[in-house]
Amino acid sequence: MQFLVTHFAQAVFMLLALFCLGGAVGVVLFRQPVHAALSLLASFLGVAGLFVLAQGEFLAAVQVLVYAGGVMVLFLFVIMFVNVRTVGKEVQYLRPLVPAAVVGALLFSALALTALWALSRRPLQDPSPLAMVEGAMVGNTEAVGWVLYRDYLLPFEVVSVLLLVAMVGAIVLGRKPKEGERP
Amino acid sequence: MIPVSWYLVVSVLLLACGLVGLAVRRNFITVLMSVELILNAANLNFVAFARQLGDVAGQVFPVFVITIAAAEAAIGLGIIVQLTRLKSTVALDAVQEMRG
Repeated sequence: MQFLVTHFAQAVFMLLALFCLGGAVGVVLFRQPVHAALSLLASFLGVAGLFVLAQGEFLAAVQVLVYAGGVMVLFLFVIMFVNVRTVGKEVQYLRPLVPAAVVGALLFSALALTALWALSRRPLQDPSPLAMVEGAMVGNTEAVGWVLYRDYLLPFEVVSVLLLVAMVGAIVLGRKPKEGERP
Repeated sequence: MIPVSWYLVVSVLLLACGLVGLAVRRNFITVLMSVELILNAANLNFVAFARQLGDVAGQVFPVFVITIAAAEAAIGLGIIVQLTRLKSTVALDAVQEMRG
């Protein structure tokens, strides 16, 4: 019990990591797209929890609003739109499943070993406190807002134009083709 | 205090899941979901290092990544809607017109 009290953050991290990795595995394994989508939702919420643990409260809120709210609803809507009953019977996995899994495992171990090796060679210093704007401690949202609108204003505008273009593109893609027009 | 390497391991696992899904699944919708997993892994790294280095800029880039992920999902799902109209399937194997 004492262990759990002293290592509370670690225990919560483990739980959230389990949540989001279980969701990610479910996305790959579930045959039905609806199950995969709900599994992806679990993964998104787990990642949002991990953001909170890393002092990214604003991003956690954005993650829940945009991913778990917007993107997820979009996915579920399209899954409902496409007839799921016929989808379930089609081929869902590539035939050479085992080689693909082996390649994935190799990739994971290579990346993880590289990261751990680099960290063991040159250990990082203790983390410094976040949420500093010109020396004053402020909330996370305010700090992100300052940096976003002061230092990264141009990328912000560019990405908003990109979003507009994507929106127009999605509308054009989604409409029904007119008579005599090639789809 | 959670070491940054834990975050890296979780992020790499998420990336591996996304890549395997991208390679293995033959369903367009789940392939798009795998791409979202990969972008989430990148976001996790950004936030972990923002914490580690004490720089809020690392929490600004995930905002851009999330925007791009939303745009990508909208376009991808629009393509899926057109694909089902054209071929009444979401299987990627059905789309072979541009095969050499």
